[in-house]
Amino acid sequence: MATTVAAPARVFGSGIKRREDPRLLTGTARYTADMTLPGQLYAAILRSPHGHARIKKIDTAAAKAAPGVVAAFTGTDTEGVLGSIPCAWLVPNSDLKTAPYPAMAKDVVRYVGDAVAVVVAETPQQAADAVELIEVDYEPLAATVDPEKAVKPGAPQLHQEAPNNIAFHWTVAGGDVDAAFKNADVVVRDRIIQQRLIPTAMETRGAIAQYLPATGELTLWNTTQNPHIVRFIMSLVCGIPEDRLRVIAPEVGGGFGSKIPQIQGDFITVFCSMKLGRPVKWIESRSENYQSTTHGRDHVQDVEMAATKDGKILGLRCTVWAGMGAYLSTAAPGIPTILHGLMLSGPYQIGAVKEDVYGVYTNTTPVEAYRGAGRPEATFMLERVIDRLARELKMDPAEIRKRNLIPRFDNGHDVVTGLKYDSGNYQGALDKVLGHVNYAALRKEQAEARKKGRYLGVGVGIYVEICGLGPSQVAGAVGFQGGLWESAIVRFHPSGKAHVFIGSSPHGQGEETTFAQIVADELGVSVSDVKIVHGDTDNTPMGWGTYGSRTTAVSGAALAVATRKIKEKAKLLTSHLLEAAVEDIEYANGKFFVRGFPDKAKSIQDIALMANVAWNMPQGMEPGLEATTFYDPPNFVYPFGAHVAVVEVDSETGHIELKRYVAVDDCGHQINPMIVEGQVHGGVVQGIGQALWEQAVYADNGQLLTGSLADYAIPRADVLPDIEVLSTVTPSPHHPLGVKGIGEAGTIVSTCTVYNAVIDALEPFGVQSIQMPLTPERVFGAMSARKGA
Amino acid sequence: MELPVSVTVNGRRYDRTIEPRLLLVQFLRDTINLTGTKIGCDTSQCGACTVLLDGVAVKSCTCLAAQADGASITTIEGLASDGQLNPIQEAFWEKHGLQCGFCTPGMIFTTHALLKTNRNPSSDQIRHALEGNMCRCTGYQNIVRSVQAAAAAGAR
Repeated sequence: MATTVAAPARVFGSGIKRREDPRLLTGTARYTADMTLPGQLYAAILRSPHGHARIKKIDTAAAKAAPGVVAAFTGTDTEGVLGSIPCAWLVPNSDLKTAPYPAMAKDVVRYVGDAVAVVVAETPQQAADAVELIEVDYEPLAATVDPEKAVKPGAPQLHQEAPNNIAFHWTVAGGDVDAAFKNADVVVRDRIIQQRLIPTAMETRGAIAQYLPATGELTLWNTTQNPHIVRFIMSLVCGIPEDRLRVIAPEVGGGFGSKIPQIQGDFITVFCSMKLGRPVKWIESRSENYQSTTHGRDHVQDVEMAATKDGKILGLRCTVWAGMGAYLSTAAPGIPTILHGLMLSGPYQIGAVKEDVYGVYTNTTPVEAYRGAGRPEATFMLERVIDRLARELKMDPAEIRKRNLIPRFDNGHDVVTGLKYDSGNYQGALDKVLGHVNYAALRKEQAEARKKGRYLGVGVGIYVEICGLGPSQVAGAVGFQGGLWESAIVRFHPSGKAHVFIGSSPHGQGEETTFAQIVADELGVSVSDVKIVHGDTDNTPMGWGTYGSRTTAVSGAALAVATRKIKEKAKLLTSHLLEAAVEDIEYANGKFFVRGFPDKAKSIQDIALMANVAWNMPQGMEPGLEATTFYDPPNFVYPFGAHVAVVEVDSETGHIELKRYVAVDDCGHQINPMIVEGQVHGGVVQGIGQALWEQAVYADNGQLLTGSLADYAIPRADVLPDIEVLSTVTPSPHHPLGVKGIGEAGTIVSTCTVYNAVIDALEPFGVQSIQMPLTPERVFGAMSARKGA
Repeated sequence: MELPVSVTVNGRRYDRTIEPRLLLVQFLRDTINLTGTKIGCDTSQCGACTVLLDGVAVKSCTCLAAQADGASITTIEGLASDGQLNPIQEAFWEKHGLQCGFCTPGMIFTTHALLKTNRNPSSDQIRHALEGNMCRCTGYQNIVRSVQAAAAAGAR
């Protein structure tokens, strides 16, 4: 007998409102800075005003005597108590030179912002006042801030462990690149400066450490994207065993990579609490954040592309000098190498690539992942040089891309760098975006405008990215000092409501909603009946954190598998309760029933109750309705997309108007399209920021000249158009839900898309390159130089 | 030197003695423990600390607590009444106008100020009004939509 059960609107794929929002909208959410513990003290950190200097003497006597001051410490106090801050991505075969990274500098400071002393006082004002009373006698040393110049003979040296400031030299090669260039009809080259950026999460970093001398236990509230990694690293550095260490990421106000690493302030805060036996709170000011929390990008790239005269790309060869800052931050070496070099061939059929990457110490703030992390720098290089090739061959930029794209594939494609992309339909994304903007008409409009002295530019950018990091075996093979799996526990209570505990740690991405949608979709419960718990190492299972667009891809997979285990147990229990063979039990819309008899169903709530009271369990079945999954993905996921930007450049002023931005992204199935769209908006705008406005500027002596939000230009509402967001759906073949990641996608491609549009607009001026950010001054200068030439 | 101030916040009067240099945002967060108002910078750029002071949206980091003596202030904690979100809050929820939530209180009060003077602002007017409030998550687009939705719902 056929059974029909009316299917309700599916919650998976529905843009429902976020469950986390009410607390955020009403000021009841608690970020680290919002908490105060009984007896809490406040730490203020004294930071180096020099880019490079020897510390001759530090005098803390006046600070210690100031009102309210409880203690002051220097690097002499922390030496031997706190270990060196570890780098956790030791890229193999790169001759990596990891220099010691002290939590407080004792002898030499190596960047403006390097911590040299800390004052702990009863109030934040007293701590801030007293830290000014510390006297430090510095002997300034010559500094070096440019990663390319820093490797040259005679450059000031940062670490004796790293001659010529070279932290590592890594190479990736595939195919016969020499033959490709030998056989080429045409070779195009570019030099690209991926300027240094400052992540600027709206919440700065901070910590509250509470050490209990009686038990040796430490609780650390921390603005982090990965509390379990914090526990691991903090344990290594401060010596407290992991079982006595609890790390809590409370509400976290954005991260973008800057809350992955453990930074000096975290360790100093813990040290102070351990010394004083009282809770100690440290919250960065924005200026302190700009100096002492990590930066991103900072590449000098020389790239050349070999091609045939009909536009077939034969090979790509590049050399990159990647600034690492003064020390190697937690994940820093992996970013310009694994997350960059392995993506060199992007979405194209390129038979030969070679890249040399030099990681370079400079007298600057340590560099870390910043949204996209390595992939924007790779995508920019490729998309930029393809546009150069198009111009060289007088071909349309969209057409030349079409000739080189990897054809559609649904289940694995090997590329020259050794990766196996999971699925892709790059042509589909490109067709969609070109169709949406009516590309041919746009080009006509551009030609007409030029006749009238108006300079429109159309930029095309295509990307594929590696994310959903990743198989742990691969992590180990590429030197990542941890796993990259995730875990989830699903626990049904007697009333049929559920808790989900995850090891990853979302901080604005909305997984409290999307993960509830996963459970609701699998088991037919209401989204509002599923509470997602994250961020506390004492009550969540191990996980490696939220970064690399991996939370939905990896943690979401763990949750899907755990939820399906619940479903299997529920079927078994139903078969027992209904006295039917388990093979005959069906599930639909939250109900389990014997095939053909949907009226006598057991709801998931019935099963939750019966499993929890355990009055009538099958032989051998454990009570409770709970499942745990540890999920190690079999491969990465590879989202992709094609974007188009339209700009107009004012030839009188160099002002760029971003007239239109269209994104077509493919992250596989979308659990919550509203949230996906929001991720694309934010990601695209951050990438636009790099193209047009943002740059961390250092003077030659190591002074950070963009040390506040008054000097560093993040995008504002009034300088942006609406982003038009479209998508295609190419599921990941290996993911239980067919999803990929979306957090970084927009940032990965929007910088080069906007840049390409501006250079396209300036074609009549013969301009091929302008250093980012594309300020009116630089654009006008480039146009004038060509006019005058 | 300590100064006595009397400030009404969300309808409740607070009489406190403060240091003259104390900023209004510090008074709100540290002195009377209303931590919904956020600090995102130290140069009055980001707008996360925006509150209503006698009905006017101000960045509470640009104002000394002493200057607020006798004033009536509304913070994000005072916007919803009896568990009912204010229409602006509802609109931000409906249109996904927030991600990490850190800039949200300031955005909501800037919206409040805009809609008080312009009941039906254009997208350009909204973007112009928001230029003193920074958000790093949303790209502002859904914030603009939220403001439009709030306007359509008659929020003021």
